[in-house]
Amino acid sequence: MGYEPQADFGTPEVRADTQVTLTIDGRSVTVPAGTSVMRAATTSGGAIPSLCATDSLAAFGSCRMCLVEVEGMRGTPASCTTPVAQDMIVRTQTPRLEKLRRGVMELYISDHPLDCLTCSANNDCELQDTAAEVGLRDVRYGYAGAHHLGQQPDLSNPYFLFAPDKCIVCSRCVRACDEVQGTLALSVEGRGFASKISAGQRADDFLSSDCVSCGACVQACPTSALMEKSVKEHGKPERAVITTCAYCGVGCTFRAEMRGEQLVRMVPWKDGKANRGHSCVKGRFAWGYAHHQDRITTPMIRESVDQPWREVSWDEALAFTAGRISAIKAQHGARALGGITSSRCTNEETFLVQKLVRAGFGSNNVDTCARVCHSPTGYGLKTTFGTSAGTQDFDSVMDADVILVIGANPTDAHPVFASRMKRRLRQGAQLIVIDPRRIDLVRSPHVQAAHHLPLQPGTNVAVLTAMAHVIVTEGLADEDFVRDRCDWDEYQDWARFVSDPQHSPEFLEAVTKVPAAELRAAARLYATGGNGAIYYGLGVTEHSQGSSTVMAIANLAMATGNIGRPGVGVNPLRGQNNVQGACDMGSFPHELSGYRHISDGATRTMFEQDWGVALDPEPGLRIPNMLDAAVDGTFKAIYIQGEDILQSDPNTHHVAAGLAAMDCVIVHDLFLNETANYAHVFLPGSTFLEKNGTFTNAERRIQPVRKVMEPANGLEDWQVTQALANALGLGWAYTHPAQILDEIARLTPTFAGVSWDRLEREASLQWPVNDQFPDGAPVMYVDGFVRGKGHFVVTDYVPTDEKTGPRYPLLLTTGRILSQYNVGAQTRRTANTAWHPEDVLEIHPLDAENRGLKEGDWARLASRTGETSLRVSVTDRVAPGVVYTTFHHPETQANVVTTDYSDWATNCPEYKVTAVQVTPSNGPSDWQEDYAGLTARSRRIAAEPAE
Amino acid sequence: MSGTQDRLVYMANQIARNFAVQGEAVAIAATARHILDFWDPRMREAILAGDRAGLSDIAAGAIARLQASP
Repeated sequence: MGYEPQADFGTPEVRADTQVTLTIDGRSVTVPAGTSVMRAATTSGGAIPSLCATDSLAAFGSCRMCLVEVEGMRGTPASCTTPVAQDMIVRTQTPRLEKLRRGVMELYISDHPLDCLTCSANNDCELQDTAAEVGLRDVRYGYAGAHHLGQQPDLSNPYFLFAPDKCIVCSRCVRACDEVQGTLALSVEGRGFASKISAGQRADDFLSSDCVSCGACVQACPTSALMEKSVKEHGKPERAVITTCAYCGVGCTFRAEMRGEQLVRMVPWKDGKANRGHSCVKGRFAWGYAHHQDRITTPMIRESVDQPWREVSWDEALAFTAGRISAIKAQHGARALGGITSSRCTNEETFLVQKLVRAGFGSNNVDTCARVCHSPTGYGLKTTFGTSAGTQDFDSVMDADVILVIGANPTDAHPVFASRMKRRLRQGAQLIVIDPRRIDLVRSPHVQAAHHLPLQPGTNVAVLTAMAHVIVTEGLADEDFVRDRCDWDEYQDWARFVSDPQHSPEFLEAVTKVPAAELRAAARLYATGGNGAIYYGLGVTEHSQGSSTVMAIANLAMATGNIGRPGVGVNPLRGQNNVQGACDMGSFPHELSGYRHISDGATRTMFEQDWGVALDPEPGLRIPNMLDAAVDGTFKAIYIQGEDILQSDPNTHHVAAGLAAMDCVIVHDLFLNETANYAHVFLPGSTFLEKNGTFTNAERRIQPVRKVMEPANGLEDWQVTQALANALGLGWAYTHPAQILDEIARLTPTFAGVSWDRLEREASLQWPVNDQFPDGAPVMYVDGFVRGKGHFVVTDYVPTDEKTGPRYPLLLTTGRILSQYNVGAQTRRTANTAWHPEDVLEIHPLDAENRGLKEGDWARLASRTGETSLRVSVTDRVAPGVVYTTFHHPETQANVVTTDYSDWATNCPEYKVTAVQVTPSNGPSDWQEDYAGLTARSRRIAAEPAE
Repeated sequence: MSGTQDRLVYMANQIARNFAVQGEAVAIAATARHILDFWDPRMREAILAGDRAGLSDIAAGAIARLQASP
C-alpha cells in the first residue's frame, strides 16, 4: 500500500443494541446509540476539523475546532463530546462555524513556529492539515508578546524527542499514557498559558520518568512535538506494509512505514485485533538490530570449533553441512541427528525444520524453545481440555470481572496485553496476583490487586490446591457446569482429594508462606466474583511441577464454570512471538502438527503419503535428552534455527558439554550467538522484516508476516532450510511460504481452512479453522471440550528436590524485563540498553544487610551447579529469602547457576527455583572472564575469504 | 545426577511420584504409558538394561511392565 495515515474517526467506536438515525449536512446517517456526532459524521464520509480528538481516546472537548450547529440546541457544541440523538439535525459547515474555527486556529498558530518546510512532520501534521481545512490565511498576532518558541527539546529518550515549542497542549499524549498505556507518566504541569506537558516529576526528563516508551504518546501527537527520531533522520515514509511483530506472544501488528528499503518507523496498526493499535518499546522501536554491525550475512564453516571461521559461498556451506550429516547418518544412524525449531521464525519455517528432521534426517529428534517455557502448557491443557492452547482471545479480558494472574508479569513480558488488562481493572474488575515478587500489577497507578499471594517459590500446586479446598468445602463450585461439561466421577474424586483438611490453606500455610485468610479470600473472590479469568506465565510452567500446576489451574476453571464464554478461561501468556505456532507445527519430538502423537498410525500414514517417505514411529529426544545423548556419544549432529540454547537453557556447563561432544553443530541465526561458540557451520538468517510467512500468537491468532525489505543474507530462512534439504537430496521446490501453508493446512485439521489468500483478505484467523469452525474460534469450548468431557486431574503437591540449606540458603527465581527480550540477541543490539544495560540481582534489604551488600555492589551468585557475578539491586519487591535476576546478557549467563531439575512430565527446566548463596564480590568471576576469552576466540573469522 | 542412567532413574521416579496419588496400580500403568509416549527408544532401552536399585516401587513396576511388553 502507499503511505496514507490510518483513518481516524475522532472518538472511539460505540457498541449498542439500538441504532440512531440523524441528519448531518443533509445526509441521513444511522449509527449505534451513544456515538458522538463527530464519529457519525466521519464514518459517513464527512470530515470535521479537530485537534484534540482521536479515536483511540475518550472525547476531551478542549480544542474547540470540532464545533457544529445542531437544530434546537443553543450555541455551537463540540461534536466530539455531543452524542447523537434520534432525528437530530446537524450542520458541520456554516459561515458562523468557519469564523469560529478560523479564530481558534489563528490563536494556535500564533504560538507555533512557522518552520513547516523544515519540520519533520511536514505534510504529515494534523495542525498543518487543520489550518488548511479551516482556511486560515492570516495570523494577526505577532511574536512580540508571550510565547513558547525557542524552548529546548527533550532528547533524552533514545527513540523520540519532545519539542515543547511544537506542542499545542491538546493533552492527547497525556490521555494516551493514561487510557491506552495505563502508566500515567505524563501530565499537564502549570495552568493556563503556562501549561506544559511534563514527564514524571518536574526534575525528570522522559528517560528518567516513569515513561515506558510504548510510543502511544508519539502516535497520538497531532504535531511534531512528540516525534520519532527516525522520521527526523530519514524523512516522511512513502509506503506502509502491514506485518506482525517478532517480539513476545502478544503478536502486535504494525505498519512498517518505509522509504525505499529504509524502515522509517513501526506504527501499531489500529485494525490489529491482538494489539488494537497499541505497542510497547520493543515492537515500536527496537528493530535496529536488523542492521546491526554484528549481523552475519555470509555462510561460514570450520572443521573444528577451535579454528577460526571461514567465510564461504552458500553452495560450499550447504555441501559441507550435507556431507557431515550424511556421514554421521551412515556411521551412527538417523537417531544420531536432530534439530531445534525456532519460536522466533514463522510457522512455515518451523514446519520445514521439523519436516527436514523427520523426513530428511530420518529421526524424530526435533524440539523447540517451548521445551524450556510452555511445554507444560501443552501437556496440561491437552490432558484436561483436549488441546494445547489458551481458551480465549485477548479481547475477552474486557468481559472479565475477576482476573487471576499467576506466575506472570504482564507489564514487563506482555506489555500491550497488560495495558488492556489495566484498562479493564480501571473499569472495576478485581485482581488477584499469585507471585513471589511484588510485580507492578500488585500496586501501580490506578491499579491495586485485591489480593497478592506472595507464595514461596515452588509451591504453586499447594496454593492452587488450597484454593480448590476453599471452593469445594465452602460450596462455591459450579456443580451444574461440572455435571454438564465434565466427568462427574472424576470431579468427585478430585473434590474429595482437595477437601482433605491437609489441603486447607491453614495446613499448607507453613509450606506456601501465604496467610490462610488471604488465600481464602482470594479463592472466594475467584469463585464468586463473576467472570473469572486466569492468566499465567512461566512462573507456572518452569517448575518441577509445571504440568501439575497447569492442570490445577484447569481444574479450578472447570470447577467454577469459568470456561466457554467471553471473560473467563485459562490463558497461557506465551513467551516468544511464535511459540504457539512452533508447538502447533509439530516441533515436539512425540507429536506431528496439530498435537497428534507420532505413534498414531493413521496420522503418520497421512504424512508419509504426502511426503513420500517412511517416518520413525517412536518419539525422539527432547533438548536436554539430546545433550545427554551427545555426552554419551549417541547423538552427533544438530541443526538449530533461531535459538541460543547455550544462553537460554539451564545448567550452562551441561549444555556446553553436550554441544562440545557433537561432530556437527549447525547454527542458523542472525548473529554469532553463544551456541555458535560450539558450531561448525553458521548459516546466516533473516529478520522478520525480510521474510514472508505467518506467526501464531498466544490467542491462537494466525497473522501474516510480510517482507518489507530484501534479506541482507540473500535468503529467507525457509529458503535456507529448503536449500539444506535439497543438498541432502530431498528435492523440495517451494517458491513461496503460501505453498508451505497449504501443506500445513492439508495435513493439520485445526488449520484446514487457513490459506495465505484468506489471511490477505481477513488479516487474521484464530485456529481451529475447519468445517466445525469455518471462521475460527476466538473463544474455545463454548459447547464442549475437544476431548469430550473436561478431565479433572488430582494434582498432588510434590516439593521440589532443589532444597535450600546452610550453604545455599536463598531461593533464586529468574524472569525478564520490559526493555529486553529473551536472551537479548535482538534487544541488546538496540538502544533499549539505555533502560537495562546489564542483568542485576534483586535482593531484599534484610538479606543484603546480612551480607554487607549495598545498591550497585558486585555480588557472587553461587548454586550447586555454578556461579557468576553481577551487581545487586536492593529492593523489597522480593521477599526475604528470595532473590531474582534476568537472563538477557551473556556476560552474566544467569543459567550457569540454574539446575538440571525439570518438570516431571515435560522436562521443562525448573528455572524458577534454584538454591543459591549471595556473597560480596569484587567483579566478574573467573568463569566469566574465561568465558569471555572463549567467546572472543570462537568468533574469529579468517582474514582470507573463501575462493 | 552424575550420568545419564542416574538421570533416567530420577526422571522415572519423578513421573511415578506425580502419578502416585492415583493409587499404585493406576500409577504403574500411567508411568509406563508416559515413558512409552515420551521417551526416545534409547532412553527406554537404557533404563530397561540398567541398574534398577534406585527406582521407587511404582517406577520399578512401570519398568517391569515395559520389559514385559515394550
